[in-house]
Amino acid sequence: MGIDIKHYIAKRCAQELTSGVVNLGIGIPTLVADYLPKGSVTLHSENGILGVGPEPDPNEFVVDPETIDLVNASGVQPITALPHASYFDSSLSFTIMRGGHLDATVIGALQVSETGDMASWAVPGKAVLGVGGAMDLVIGAKRVIAAMSHLSPKGEPKILPDCNYPLTAKNRVDTIVTEYAVFKFREGRMYLVEMVDELTLEQLKEMTPATYEVAEDFKVVKREEEPVLV
Amino acid sequence: MMNGTIDQIQTGVEFLNADEAVKRIPEAASIMVGGFGFPGMPRQLSKALVRRIELDQLTLIMNSLGSVSTLNALFEQNRIKKVIGSFFSTNKELVVAYQEGKVEIELLPQGTFTEAIRLGGAGIPAFFTPTAAGTVLAEGKETRIINGCEHVLEQSLTADVAIIRAHKADKAGNLVYKKTAQNFNPAMATAAKLTIVEVDEIVEVGELDPDSIVTPFIFVDIVVKREEV
Repeated sequence: MGIDIKHYIAKRCAQELTSGVVNLGIGIPTLVADYLPKGSVTLHSENGILGVGPEPDPNEFVVDPETIDLVNASGVQPITALPHASYFDSSLSFTIMRGGHLDATVIGALQVSETGDMASWAVPGKAVLGVGGAMDLVIGAKRVIAAMSHLSPKGEPKILPDCNYPLTAKNRVDTIVTEYAVFKFREGRMYLVEMVDELTLEQLKEMTPATYEVAEDFKVVKREEEPVLV
Repeated sequence: MMNGTIDQIQTGVEFLNADEAVKRIPEAASIMVGGFGFPGMPRQLSKALVRRIELDQLTLIMNSLGSVSTLNALFEQNRIKKVIGSFFSTNKELVVAYQEGKVEIELLPQGTFTEAIRLGGAGIPAFFTPTAAGTVLAEGKETRIINGCEHVLEQSLTADVAIIRAHKADKAGNLVYKKTAQNFNPAMATAAKLTIVEVDEIVEVGELDPDSIVTPFIFVDIVVKREEV
């Protein structure tokens, strides 16, 4: 039994979120919902709902494409709404996002640079034909938490001096959470704030070509431990 | 003061079936299509549009044209000239056709897409947004530093036709929506010369609470009640 990297990252991201309104992207960020403190964080989805509840029981809910009217941002996954939920059109939904009204977003990233640039929607050499709401989300949210595996499936570093994939936005990342470490951007500089005890600082540096400093509040954590839910 | 009974109210909104309604779509039209995934997708109007086989050279303005969506038949039948939206990467054949130069695709960030439609309907022809600044989607577009940040000048969108979906219309043509089926539909209703709406139910004038009406009849031309399926 190894550590489930995706769930570990999701749990660690959830520790960053104690209150407010948050948009969770597709992939690992979607898993964050399972680890959030109940009640104090409200989830927004860009297809037009504030107050996203859990998915309905798939055994009791049959999706009829003709009549279904409540889904998440995948466009097809049914969800429920919490008692304080509201619905609205796309204009208002992106007013919430772009207008700076979201307290945070957790979003998957392909690359993050040492200046907080993020690439999350396209790879070089392939036709670039899908961006969705990622650019508006990253430009507008008060905090951008990049949830990502530390290395690519080919073992290549993803936290770099400069992104070489097409950018989603420049200088917008606030926090990076990987299965090995947590980095934070403070006044334009990148700091290592947390690392798992299985690595040395040198080993982490080898996987992380970006320039960063070790923060004053840096700590080493055991990955076996369940991250504390606030 | 104008007074009158309910039977005297005339708004000019027409009530037709889907095939009659799509006959009003002009050749080589630009067509906005509502819906985000399943909810809010005008599925019966889409099927009727596909059945009007003489319509081609169409420009579709829709968030995403999925490979399983009804309107993908228009692409398969080579009837689409251009698509404007935010997400097409999962439609592999469309991506290939784009690479081969057989179809034009204009990719916009989703918030820019919806705002372009809203402002198109509001009579504002272009706008500056911080979204996409410094990215490939801003290439070739005018930029300006406003409040110390780079912004991109985006053109607003209007269309010949909008085909949208709502939950209920009253007999005046006012619309209410349900849950996340609202999405792009209300903005699209405002931004097209001809707005055709597919609804689950048509009710009498006075049955919709005026406080709940999202799209007033002034933005609606034709209402089509969905057939039972």
